[in-house]
Amino acid sequence: MRSNWWKVLGVLLLVYGFGFGLMGEVPRRNILNESIRNVYFHVPMWFAVTVFLLTSAIFSIRYLRSNNLQDDTKAVEFTNAALVFGMLGCATGSLWARVTWGDWWPNDPKLNGVTISMLMYFAYLVLRSSFDDSQRKARISAVYNIFAFAIFVPLIYILPRLTDTLHPGNGGNPAFGQYDMDNQVRRVFYPIIIGWILLGVWIVSLRLRIREIEDQLQEN
Amino acid sequence: MNEIKTLINKELTLEWRQRYALNGMVLYIVSTVFVCYLSFRLKASQLNPVTWNTLFWIILLFTAVSAIAKSFTQERAGRLLYYYTLASPQGIIISKILYNSGLMLVLSLLGFAFYAFVMGNPVGDLPMYLLSIVLGSIGFATTLTLVAGIASKADNNGALMAILSFPLILPTLLMVMKLAKNALDGLDRSASLDEIMVLLALDMLVVALSFILFPYLWRS
Repeated sequence: MRSNWWKVLGVLLLVYGFGFGLMGEVPRRNILNESIRNVYFHVPMWFAVTVFLLTSAIFSIRYLRSNNLQDDTKAVEFTNAALVFGMLGCATGSLWARVTWGDWWPNDPKLNGVTISMLMYFAYLVLRSSFDDSQRKARISAVYNIFAFAIFVPLIYILPRLTDTLHPGNGGNPAFGQYDMDNQVRRVFYPIIIGWILLGVWIVSLRLRIREIEDQLQEN
Repeated sequence: MNEIKTLINKELTLEWRQRYALNGMVLYIVSTVFVCYLSFRLKASQLNPVTWNTLFWIILLFTAVSAIAKSFTQERAGRLLYYYTLASPQGIIISKILYNSGLMLVLSLLGFAFYAFVMGNPVGDLPMYLLSIVLGSIGFATTLTLVAGIASKADNNGALMAILSFPLILPTLLMVMKLAKNALDGLDRSASLDEIMVLLALDMLVVALSFILFPYLWRS
């Protein structure tokens, strides 16, 4: 139990975030209105995706240095988690876009960047499935994973800032924190980010254990 | 330095010896342009400049993918093993990148000349447009060379090359298309400075990553 404190913490933060996020006070803003509550669900998804992909890239680097297959498995599972969170982020973002911008999928550089990076990471999974030898698979997909992360960062965080986008904080739009958030929102927003990330890490650790069991079953 | 020079020399000799591959690529771009010309039912003069530009870059993208995909597969595995004993992996990847950049430059300038010849030439600022072609060719060549290296390690590398490279090449493609559009409209050159800087930065990032990652790929 002592090593599981972070799971408890994650659940508590999520319960806190859901409770106050859905029922707490939020500031009234034009256009956003009540939909500002989505900031607790949509924005943390992308924080989590970035954290997971970064972790995945780090495990790939570690694999190339150590040749330890476990590092490679961790890299894949973090990518899988990032893909799930990314799809949830797309879904929540799409709902939000419908309410505030009037379109399910507006033509926006950030959305396009996200779609491209999803394709990039699905291609990573396809690449993995095309090898039989596990060391070879691990090595080559690690190279691709590091490369993909290096393209992901400019795609999501640099290119949208150069063009006009609907998202706050880019293309001359003011960032979220400056106007739209008040302290009440921040008190829910930051904890729930950590909560979502911990939940994702928990999912990854479960998946890793399932894999380990499957591997042992196959050996016997 | 000497090593790279020798390796490029080797690529050139090899290309010259199997001239059908080079001729094939030239024919590929020429016939694609001609197919586009006929598909628009000879009414190229009614083509809107944005369509003109997009079509040209898509033709170049497909030419680049099919030209560079073969850069690791045209030599037999035994011979690659032989290079492995002779040259350093860094020398090999740098020489491949340089050679592919040169190849792409020749192909795309040739393609542009033929494209402008049959489809009309609405470009406002020709030197700038040529610069965008130069930067685009180098960008395509750098990214695709490493991807070709990755795809050549898998079995069905034709399909894999496309799904791995399209998402990775998109940031470069979007930037270069924007730069080309600015040149097409004859905008003031200072307006394109941002795009040029981002393209150069992306190229440098990709070359640096190839330099670091290729040795791991090469060893397997």
